[in-house]
Amino acid sequence: MSLLSIKDMSVDIGQYSILHGVSFEVQEGGVFVLLGRNGAGKTTTLRAVMGLWKPSPGSVRFRGEDISGLHTSDIARRGIAFVPENMGIFGGLTVAENMVLATASGKFDASRLERVYTLFPALKKFWDKPAGALSGGQKQMLSVARAIIEPRALILIDEPTKGLAPAIVDAMGEAFREISASTTILLVEQNYAFARSLGRDVAVIDDGRIVHTGTMAAFDADKDLQDRLLSLSAFQEDHE
Amino acid sequence: MKKGTLTVKAAALVIWALLLFAPFLFQDVRQIEVAARIAVFIVLVASYDLLIGYTGIVSFAHTMFFGVGAYGVAIALKHMGAGWGPVLLGTAGGVVVTALLAVAIGLLSLRVKAIFFAMITLAAASVVLVLASQLSGITGGEDGMTYKVPELFKPATKLFTDEAGKVVRLWGVQMNGKLAAYYFVFVIAAVLFWAMLRIVGSPLGTVLKAIRENEGRAEGIGYRVVAYRTAVFVIAAVTAALAGSAYALWLKYTGPETVLSFGIMIDILLMVVIGGMGTMWGAVIGATALVMAQYYLRDLMEVAAGATAELPLLPELLNPERWLLWLGIIFILLVYFFPAGIAGTIIDKGDRKAGA
Repeated sequence: MSLLSIKDMSVDIGQYSILHGVSFEVQEGGVFVLLGRNGAGKTTTLRAVMGLWKPSPGSVRFRGEDISGLHTSDIARRGIAFVPENMGIFGGLTVAENMVLATASGKFDASRLERVYTLFPALKKFWDKPAGALSGGQKQMLSVARAIIEPRALILIDEPTKGLAPAIVDAMGEAFREISASTTILLVEQNYAFARSLGRDVAVIDDGRIVHTGTMAAFDADKDLQDRLLSLSAFQEDHE
Repeated sequence: MKKGTLTVKAAALVIWALLLFAPFLFQDVRQIEVAARIAVFIVLVASYDLLIGYTGIVSFAHTMFFGVGAYGVAIALKHMGAGWGPVLLGTAGGVVVTALLAVAIGLLSLRVKAIFFAMITLAAASVVLVLASQLSGITGGEDGMTYKVPELFKPATKLFTDEAGKVVRLWGVQMNGKLAAYYFVFVIAAVLFWAMLRIVGSPLGTVLKAIRENEGRAEGIGYRVVAYRTAVFVIAAVTAALAGSAYALWLKYTGPETVLSFGIMIDILLMVVIGGMGTMWGAVIGATALVMAQYYLRDLMEVAAGATAELPLLPELLNPERWLLWLGIIFILLVYFFPAGIAGTIIDKGDRKAGA
């Protein structure tokens, strides 16, 4: 059974129809990458899985259970965490308080906290400082740390490298590789080189529809397909 | 602990210590009245800070809940006679009515925008004020009602007697019912304030601050914002009702002007602003500052007017009748020099220096 199964998911926001019957399946373990051009519906897909937009009934199943009508808090309780594009950090709260918000009991598991410190040493240094004072990369680290401070089955991550310096992107990649050894990641990413280095499986979305699914290795090997779906050639040349 | 936070906590603890020993330090009826009022208003202001400072909820119904708690005890004592049974029943009744009202207002209106919610609470408070003024048979109407309190709180009650049967004095203070009533109010206030400190220091307090900062983000990481907002609204309302019950026992009189008026709501707002929103300890400073000003500014101005009697204009300006004008000026100066309230500004500046 797939960890996450999305079938014929449609989402309307106001008078606009954003997703039109999106379907794909995420297997347990590793990184599943959702690629697509700007405005294709990637973020809406993640937000709909998380219950932040209402998907069509019966279209999202997590471990076989239909979660499409559930409130975000109930979806989070089932083991899904969301790292939004804007990082979702509370700038007026300290790093510690931001982390507390991600725990169910308000207390940290010592070993998980140690893992967070190991992955993101900067968070330990600024533990009692306001999160608003962190740099962009540190905020992204905090956002990811919040997702892993409790045991999760699936982490939805939306464009984590956006606006980050290359060194921070590399560190983030290392962290995701480590996290994905024990937790499945559904990653939305515009940085193809980053996505390629992490992804095991891939889906490509265009105009609210899934236009390709398969392994990352196969997709990466097919330059024509990439060109057709993402117009990636020029992008790759710039980044390699 | 950082310097700013430490300074504020130390100042607040000094005030609590003065309140603890107030009957022995200030052996005057008026001063004890002031001390009891400060204790009750600390709870009112702190519970309001839980709403406006920690969760970002603007409500004008806080005095309504305070009044419901006070009327609960007053009605029970008036109609059932003096005794602990009516006190408990009245308090429980006030708390239950308060909780039901708060749940109803919260669930019906905390989904709407802040301004509409504020208007709804204003309307609800107006309705309760009118009801209390017009249901004379139950509430005593505009005149309010006086009632007898349990034997323990009567001034004539001797808590301790000597061999001659006279009331014992400790450092010149009579161990009588008035003292028991004061310490009853003090203990209730201290326990409620401590409970609110525990709330804001707990993970719940962190969630409330997150909701205040960004409701959408709090919802996005899995918190039911409406449920939390309703819960904190009920907690603050019940706390205000308990403060009202204690105040009714202390005053032995309950009327619309003393527990339901919009003047009290404005006082609470001023105290929160003066003390510092979202600091909790600021409630102690804000309540003390404004109650002291309300009671002693006129006296101070009278002295100042007398001392400047020979000078032109000043005696006129310092005429005690103009105390509200001076209170306004003091408030403006406080807001100018302490933009985040006294506690908030001291914490901000002190902690920033410590972090630098």
